Amino acid sequence: MDKTINQKAWFLVLPVFLVVAFSAILPLMTVVNYSMQDTFGNNQFFWNGVGWFKELLDPSTDLGERFLASLWRNLFFSAVILAIEVPLGIVVALSMPREGWRVAACLVIMALPLLIPWNVVGTIWQIFGRPDIGLMGYALNSIGLHYNYVSNELDAWATVIVMDVWHWTSLVALLCYAGLKSIPDAYYQAAQIDGASRWAVFTAIQLPKMNRVLLIAVLLRFMDSFMIYTEPFVVTGGGPGNSTTFVSIELVKIALGQFDLGKAAALSLVYNLIIIIVCWVFYTVMTNAGAERQANKGVA
Amino acid sequence: MARIDLVDLAHSYNGNAAASESFALKPVTMTWRQGGAYALLGPSGCGKTTLLNLISGIVIPSRGKILFDGVDITGLSTQKRNIAQVFQFPVIYDTMTVGQNLAFPLKNRGLPKPEIDARVAEIADLLDLAPYLARKAMRLTADAKQKISLGRGLVRSDVAAVLFDEPLTVIDPELKWQLRSKLKALHRDLDLTMIYVTHDQTEALTFADTVVVMHDGRVVQSGTPAELFDKPAHTFVGYFIGSPGMNIVPAEVRGREARIDGHTIALNRSYDGLPAGAKIEIGVRPEFVDVAPSAPGLLSANIERIDDLGRVRFARVRIGDAKFAARVPPGFSIPGKVAGLIFDPSHVHVYADSRLVEGSA
Repeated sequence: MDKTINQKAWFLVLPVFLVVAFSAILPLMTVVNYSMQDTFGNNQFFWNGVGWFKELLDPSTDLGERFLASLWRNLFFSAVILAIEVPLGIVVALSMPREGWRVAACLVIMALPLLIPWNVVGTIWQIFGRPDIGLMGYALNSIGLHYNYVSNELDAWATVIVMDVWHWTSLVALLCYAGLKSIPDAYYQAAQIDGASRWAVFTAIQLPKMNRVLLIAVLLRFMDSFMIYTEPFVVTGGGPGNSTTFVSIELVKIALGQFDLGKAAALSLVYNLIIIIVCWVFYTVMTNAGAERQANKGVA
Repeated sequence: MARIDLVDLAHSYNGNAAASESFALKPVTMTWRQGGAYALLGPSGCGKTTLLNLISGIVIPSRGKILFDGVDITGLSTQKRNIAQVFQFPVIYDTMTVGQNLAFPLKNRGLPKPEIDARVAEIADLLDLAPYLARKAMRLTADAKQKISLGRGLVRSDVAAVLFDEPLTVIDPELKWQLRSKLKALHRDLDLTMIYVTHDQTEALTFADTVVVMHDGRVVQSGTPAELFDKPAHTFVGYFIGSPGMNIVPAEVRGREARIDGHTIALNRSYDGLPAGAKIEIGVRPEFVDVAPSAPGLLSANIERIDDLGRVRFARVRIGDAKFAARVPPGFSIPGKVAGLIFDPSHVHVYADSRLVEGSA
């Protein structure tokens, strides 16, 4: 087939190219530029090579210690909220009604936390947990628990985790619900005929049919929790001490608190790299699962 | 192993047990004998799947009773009924191997492992699944998957009946034929009651020894394929079974004569005392009407076209406004646009309000 050559097509690509250049490529390159330099203000910069990156990965330096500590803290946080939100989301999805007006009611109620702006979520829990005027804080203290998220690390962690579970379990539940809805009735009827117990129905039908949406749910929740900033910042401000300082909070402290642009740039590049790698791993796993399914369709 | 009796069984999906018009299945009383191969035949939406689901217990009837060997099981759950059912689309458990799939119904019922293994091996053998037992079921083709579904239905030795709900819909025609012969062989080997739902008359007529025809929520006739062909009890059976279907024409019937379009046709039996005000029709299969050169004394018809089915030719004709099909005898060439029709009186049936009237000798 003869292709007509028409160089005018480049003009059609140009707007997109410009938008991407100014919104992604140039800012990123600026960050790369900063990460190689040091500044003492006055817009004067000094070449530092890979110095910041070396420091970042070396726990004996101040920067490295802070970065690695916040990284482990953040990974632990992500692991905890995944361990709670995924099973809880599945349970919620399983117990949601299948038809009638209750479905709509459930969906609306479940979507509510997802619609609230993140700093408002933080504010809600910040007030909710205050021992003097907060409903939860006051109630816990009046039954004899000395709950205070401002001074106690464990309380601060518990608050941040419960807040995240409150905010995001619905997302997992809604995704699982969509997965469950896509299972044809015949599967349940066949399971009934085969005399399967409730547990067998779950492990043999529901869980396998949900595995794709679960992967997506885990990916979304991991990304979000790994990049979490607003809610813990509003509630605890990263404290008490540094106990709830996650990577993004640390990054903002370095970049805007201390104005160490070089260190902050190096940190954000590494941070970015971690997220891209995790994304890539998930993407590979998901497309492999998809390819397997596709291959089966081919055979069938 | 059981005889299944349906006693005044009916079902309505909108829960209104009073208005019989809303019934998906209108009241039916019938018996399915042990070891029979039944086909439940009817167009989509005629209530055949409802009837099947009532027997298997997936749907609980709004009215009536179901007896297995005389025991009322109407209120029992599917699990307690000892029924196996195979669905239209293959249902397999993705994460399990073929062997585990087949063993699943037995495992759920707590059978000892050696017994399960023996039974699974036996069924896998019957269905030619033995080489695949260790394979993941998810990776197989649609027909292999449907075989697994069949296998899960057959693997229990205690089932009262195996129900098939259009199980070959997703299978290629070639394999369809193989699987159907397989089912028939299994029926002979296992002495099971099988009920096979389909809207395909070939499938029904080749599989079953008794065909139950349903129409609009009602069982209109149940009989051998030959009975359905020779003596349809309802005009619907007449044109649903056979290709082309039965000719149904409005007629005036008096005694041993029927008048169509001002012409008289002789009947074999006498039909006096037909219900007054009923819609009277005569039905005759195209196989029993021959086209001939038009002659006085023959009912004359306008020929529209000839369908050559290879083995036999049928003329599509018009008598007045009514469409009609008739056989073209071998070697006969059509003289023109108009032809005469010769009826075989022993195969001309009379219907009052769509139901067969027996007549007297």
